[in-house]
Order: sequence, then C-alpha cells, then structure tokens
Amino acid sequence: MIAVKKIQKAFGDNQVLRDVSLTVEKGDVVAILGPSGSGKTTLLRCLNFLERADGGELVFDGTHVLFAKAGRQEIAQIRKKTAFVFQNFNLFLNKTALENVTEGLIIARKMPKKQAEELGMRALDKVGLSDRYHYYPHQLSGGQQQRVAIARAIAAEPEIIYFDEPTSALDPELTGEVLDVIRELAAEGMTMLVVTHEMSFARNVSTKVVFMEGGVIVEEGPSKEFFEAPKEERTRVFLKRILSAGTEEADNERPNTKR
Amino acid sequence: MIGNERLTGILLDSFWKILLPGLTVTIPLTILAFSFAMVIAVFLALVQFANVRILKPLARFYIWVIRGTPLLVQLFVIFYGLPRVGIVLDPFPSAVIVFSINEGAYAAEIMRAALESVPRGQLEAGYCVGMSYLQIMRRILLPQAFRTAFPSLSNSLISMVKDTSLAANITVTEMFMMTQRIVARTYEPLALYLEVGLIYLLFSTVLTKLQSIGEKKLNFYGYQGKEKKGKA
Repeated sequence: MIAVKKIQKAFGDNQVLRDVSLTVEKGDVVAILGPSGSGKTTLLRCLNFLERADGGELVFDGTHVLFAKAGRQEIAQIRKKTAFVFQNFNLFLNKTALENVTEGLIIARKMPKKQAEELGMRALDKVGLSDRYHYYPHQLSGGQQQRVAIARAIAAEPEIIYFDEPTSALDPELTGEVLDVIRELAAEGMTMLVVTHEMSFARNVSTKVVFMEGGVIVEEGPSKEFFEAPKEERTRVFLKRILSAGTEEADNERPNTKR
Repeated sequence: MIGNERLTGILLDSFWKILLPGLTVTIPLTILAFSFAMVIAVFLALVQFANVRILKPLARFYIWVIRGTPLLVQLFVIFYGLPRVGIVLDPFPSAVIVFSINEGAYAAEIMRAALESVPRGQLEAGYCVGMSYLQIMRRILLPQAFRTAFPSLSNSLISMVKDTSLAANITVTEMFMMTQRIVARTYEPLALYLEVGLIYLLFSTVLTKLQSIGEKKLNFYGYQGKEKKGKA
C-alpha cells in the first residue's frame, strides 16, 4: 500500500535519514524501534510532510510522489488518506473532545455538522470516552487526551495511521489504556506505523518490526522472528540492553488476548 | 460661604458640559481607534508569526518607529505637518488615525507574544486533519492567543481612554479641552482639573469592571482545573 524509496533527510550537517526504504502492506502493524536519535520519528514526520525530506519517493496507493517536490495538492491528497497521533497529543485546547474529532471533518472535509458529530461520537465511544464528549483537553488525563487524539485520527477513516511514540508522554499507569485502544485497532485490521519504545507492544501486537539506528534500517522482519532470532549484531545489542532495562515495563503490560 | 456655593454651582454645571464631549468624542474616538488598532495588530502579528517575506521586516520597522516616538509628536506630524504636503485632515479623523497607528504597534507585540505562547503542535495537528494554515489560525490559534492577550489588551484600552486627552493639542474638543475652556472662563483650575480627572477615573473603572467580566467569560477551555466538570 505504501512504499518509501530511498528517503533522505538532513538537519544542517546532521544526516538523519540515509536512503531509507520501507514498504507497508494493507493491514500491517509496523513497529519502528531504535535508540533515540536514530531517525524514526523524523521518518514518520516526513511521510506526512510535517518535515520536508530532501530526497526519495513515496508510492501511496499507486500514486508516485517525490518527497522533495510534492506540491500543496499532492500533500493534501496524501494527508487525506492518513492520520497522525503525536507523542504530546496536540489536541486543540480551545475545543472539546467531540469538537477535536469533528473539527477536521467539518472544516477541512466539509462534512455536514450533524454527520460529523455522529461520526465523532462513534469514534469517541470506540476509545471508551462516551462520557467525555464535552470535556476540554485540560479536564482530561493524559491517557484520555491521547485517546481523544486517536478518535480524531480514526474518525476520518484513514488508510493508515502514524503513531509517534503514543505512550511516551504518559505516566506508566496510563499507557495501558492507550495501548489497549491501539491493539483493538490492530485486531480490526487497521494499517498502522508505530514508533514506540514499548517492547511488549512491538512483540505482541505488531506484525512487523523495523529496527533503525543511525538513519538506516538495520533489520526488519516479522516481529516473532525479529525478537526470537535477530540476525544483526546491532539488533542483538539493542534488544539485550532494552529488554534488561525494560523487564519491569514489560511486566506491567497486560497479557495480550487479541492475537 | 458664598464662595463654596459658587464653586459647587460651577462643578455641577461643568460636570455635564465635560461629560458630554466624553460621550460624543472621547468614547467614539477610543472605540474607533482601538478597533482599527486591533485589525492592524492582528495583521502585523500574523505577518511576523508566519515569517512572511518582505512584510515581516516592514512590520518590524513600523513597530520600531511608532514605539520609538512620542504619541504627541505623531499627532503633531499628522495634523500640523501633513498640510505642508497638501494633506489636510480634520482634527477628529487625524486623532483616529494617529491613535490607531500608535496602538496598533503596541497591540501587535502583545498579539505576537500571545500567538507564540500557544502550543505549536496544534498547528501540525491541524495540518494532519487536513486544515489549511488560515483555517487553523482562525479557528484554533487566534482564539487561544486572544484569550492570553485579553488582560494586556484591556490594559491598553484603559490607557488609550486617558491618552485621548492629548488630542486636545490638535484642537479635538474632547473632555480635557472642554475643561480647559471652562477653567479659562471661571478660573477654578484645581477643582475643574480634579473633576475631569474624576470623570476619566469613572470611565477607567467601568472598563476595569468590564475587563474582569470579560476574563471570567473567557476563562473556559477547562482551565479552572479538573475538579470542575465541563458543561455536560
């Protein structure tokens, strides 16, 4: 469904992405892992043109777009088919939960208000916030805010959702509720690209894992293989370090029932 | 004492005489000038926030000049200076122009700072749901910036009411000029200047009251804290 070919991005002298290529098939849940500074967030941001890549090509549903040259129209077309969930939620602070979900539908997609509100309520119900329609972001917990952000993402019925470390800004006891929602979406077959540090999520929910370091993809493969038989030495080092440091975090995860 | 009766008579008589130009000149002048100033301010703040080429340095230049010169000088340049190059304006429009331009520069800085204080991620979130820059500005960022700027802008408005007294210098018959005229006739400067000061204080008090009502009205978005539940 999506193919990224040789994407490059530099911030000044710092080459963040070096010819990264990646394909995502419909229904894939791809976890992007890697130490901080490895370029994974930048990759995600470039895919949605929040950051302008220097080179490379994006094939989205058969449409070819050059990252460096995409015009306003092309970017708008691609954004219409995608949704983005941020680490810091980035909810509209002057809008209620429901308005956060409907704003894009009504203003950008010109959907009638009634219809948008129905969609919005359904999306909020889905993330378990039926009783929070009219709350402002400041009246919600971090986990609830992130769930509103996910509702905002799914309401537009995107073909793929990008998640940029969706639980990193949350207190440990709140990550579970957000991961549960993402897990549910995965079970329904939503295509997702998830930058994450949650190893148990990558292991149990994602279908595919991409491990990045230093702006390149070091290793990628089905998540089972990736965790049980990593091929690259750098992957082994990373996994060893992260898993020994994160056993506690992994234990807190509820056992996976959906897959 | 006979003197006291005379003074009381003068004060009572002049109160309405001074208040009248307050209602017909000072207040309209303030409302007009402040409205135009708001338009200028939002425009200048947006130009700077969005980093528009050419316009941004022009905006900075404008703000630099206006904030760096006295209001009184600006009034004189427009009213007494411009006729030299063939531009003759009546006193009241001159005052409106100068106060708009002057306040616009200050309010632009207030709006710019307020805009910059709005968490930027909302802009990206807006893009991601397909909104355009202007849509995000109008519906998401500006309303939040306005809420932040409101106390400072109220402050500016109160200042402006008092500053309109400077318009007396370009022959606008507002409250202060009217007072001067009455003083010239009755020779009671202390009592009359105190009286006009009191009327300005009255105006400011009303505005201060309006400000606190406005702030309460604007205090939504759930900032009161999590204990208070939103409108269900």
